[in-house]
Amino acid sequence: MSDTTRTAALFGLVFAMIALTGFMQSWNVALFILNMGLISAIMALGVNLQWGFAGLFNVGVMGFVALGGLAVVLTSAAPVEGAWSAGGWRIVIALLAGAGTIVGTVMVRQRMAKGRARTIATLSILVVGFFLYRGIFDPAVEAVEAINPALQGNLGGLNLPVLLAWPMGGLLAAGVAWLIGKTALGLRSDYLAIATLGIAEIIIAVMKNEDWLARGVKNMVGLDRPVPYEIDLQNTSSFVNRAEGLGLDPATASSLFVKLNYSMLFTVVLVIIFVMAQLALKSPWGRMMRAIRDNEVAAEAMGKDVTNRHLQIFVLGSAVCGIAGAMMTTLDGQLTPGTYQPLRYTFLIWVMVIVGGSGNNLGAVLGGFLIWFLWVQVEPMGLWLMEMITVGMPEGSGLKKHLIDSAAHMRLLTMGVILLLVLRFSPRGLIPEK
Amino acid sequence: MDLFNALVALSNFVIIPAIAYGSQLALGALGVTLIYGILRFSNFAHGDTMAFGAMLAVLITWLLQSMGVSFGPLPTALLALPFAILGTMALVLLTDRVVYRFYREQKAKPVILVIVSMGVMFIMNGLVRFIIGPNDQRFSDGERFIISVREFKALTGLKEGLAIKTTQGITVVVAIICVALLFWFLNRTRTGKSMRAYSDNEDLALLSGINPERVVMYTWLIVAALATTAGVLYGLDKSFKPFVYFQLLLPIFASAIVGGLGSPLGAIAGGFVIAFSEVTITYAWKKVLKYAMPESLEPSSLVQLLSTDYKFAVSFVILIVVLLFKPTGLFKGKSV
Repeated sequence: MSDTTRTAALFGLVFAMIALTGFMQSWNVALFILNMGLISAIMALGVNLQWGFAGLFNVGVMGFVALGGLAVVLTSAAPVEGAWSAGGWRIVIALLAGAGTIVGTVMVRQRMAKGRARTIATLSILVVGFFLYRGIFDPAVEAVEAINPALQGNLGGLNLPVLLAWPMGGLLAAGVAWLIGKTALGLRSDYLAIATLGIAEIIIAVMKNEDWLARGVKNMVGLDRPVPYEIDLQNTSSFVNRAEGLGLDPATASSLFVKLNYSMLFTVVLVIIFVMAQLALKSPWGRMMRAIRDNEVAAEAMGKDVTNRHLQIFVLGSAVCGIAGAMMTTLDGQLTPGTYQPLRYTFLIWVMVIVGGSGNNLGAVLGGFLIWFLWVQVEPMGLWLMEMITVGMPEGSGLKKHLIDSAAHMRLLTMGVILLLVLRFSPRGLIPEK
Repeated sequence: MDLFNALVALSNFVIIPAIAYGSQLALGALGVTLIYGILRFSNFAHGDTMAFGAMLAVLITWLLQSMGVSFGPLPTALLALPFAILGTMALVLLTDRVVYRFYREQKAKPVILVIVSMGVMFIMNGLVRFIIGPNDQRFSDGERFIISVREFKALTGLKEGLAIKTTQGITVVVAIICVALLFWFLNRTRTGKSMRAYSDNEDLALLSGINPERVVMYTWLIVAALATTAGVLYGLDKSFKPFVYFQLLLPIFASAIVGGLGSPLGAIAGGFVIAFSEVTITYAWKKVLKYAMPESLEPSSLVQLLSTDYKFAVSFVILIVVLLFKPTGLFKGKSV
């Protein structure tokens, strides 16, 4: 079987499974899997850029995905009345003061000669800067959060069209990735892993606690969407007529129509990013990246700037994850920082990339769809399995209840087993790098 | 000014909790550092190994409690601990046999082993949630306090109270016993010496006839014992919740790296560095400063440098600072 047939067959299999879900369960579930599969595929492409092209071990995917979600709020939400005048600008000034402190510290450390004077200067800048920052920041935050705290208490956004939030999500993630890359990319591979793991946790902690930003754990709900609302469709007579012509009731039809709209939008984004990634992989730049990945020392000897190239691809890959995160938040229509968990948003994406085939963009896309499909479907399958196992047990037995209740936790187990099996028997993934 | 009360408040809210937390981190970091030294990879499944061990201890504790066995004033979990350690040892030896050994024979790159450990992490995490569920479980019993606030106030007549929880006392005592045993083993026994030799230079160790599989097996056994102990102590002190152990991974790794990966002494130092910085930076100092400062200088705010939710940020910042200025950690670790 040639490579192309194999690839086509694998993709055919995944889409057949999604279609089968449509026939057997419901098309709503099938479209949900498809939409999130598209988003997962984009995230997997982002991780594949970093790991597959450049060998960067980034386990902070969750952070960049969450930043994308934050960008949706900051771009598309309506600005909160009076928040900017109450304390918004002071928050900005405080943040600038904080940034200035860090820049000042770095400059002092670069300019001054090593010695006691430098240590004293560094420490005093840090201490003074910190108290200056907190002095401006705290009252400003208090003022902003006092505005209508039950519903608002945040700065709000720029009131721009929500589709703009997707590239903005990419930009925000890229900006943060640049900062992180500057400090952490010099580290060895497993140090970088721990560092990114920590950064992702910090980003989530900031989003949970800084209520002025996006209401923290009080969540932002009812975000703008780029597609019509179901309820509006159901009230449009032309839509209702057409739905009835197809033999569907308007409620189902409207929800399918909305999901299909999302699918189309997401497909467009996926195709654009995929084509760009593919072009990059085949360009001289992509070959250089892989050369650096395979032998850093040799690449450095050939005059390649390894650190800067790493920074470049780290920023690019994180931006792709940010775009996917923004798309996901738009699809959900809400930003809930409490729901970001590393197992789901970092390690699951890694499973996608490894299973699909790291270093191969098609592989990453396949992995995104396949693993997401399994992540959703393992639960009903596990429940069915548990019901089969417990069928002989007496009704009301504790073990039976426990087994059926625990079926929901089968998915983590399954993902681990799949990852280990692929690593063992097909370490280069389902569609290996050429 | 009232320095006595300041000191008591400081011990009650900062020093004692930080010592207990630091001991737990140190035990966890010792496991990570041993695996790094001998097997040469960062084990992402370590947090979940701790969760698995603690889960076994919880289940055995419940069994003992239902049989009416108790340990007097001490928690029954201490009686369950040896059995839980045996169970965890069986599990990690099984994972090594089924999963890791294949890659060791292939001489796979460390980063591949890290990814493999991610798979193991998924499986262990799923296993724990499957068996005991994702919820909080309480399993500590026996006396709650060695000395309670009221007793301390009656004893000293000070305005501030000092409480030492039994679990904090046990944590420190057990941690000291564990560390003493470990260092005795590494420095005095033949197997321990062969482990250190293997960690220092694999080829030389092989030349002098050390059996690598034996070294690896002993490493896993020790790691299982340390992880279970750390997990049980943390669970006794706070409460047992599977997801929390996964989150502990970050401070544990930070401790191991700050101390210098591969150095057991460093892991202990790192654990306490991380614990003390987390507690001091997220503690509201108002109470202590109220006693320590002259009245005119009393602070009006809480004097909390960072809110408690940012404790991850603290371990992380220390990690970065140490890595930038002393890339091999406080105690010279190794780099692969």
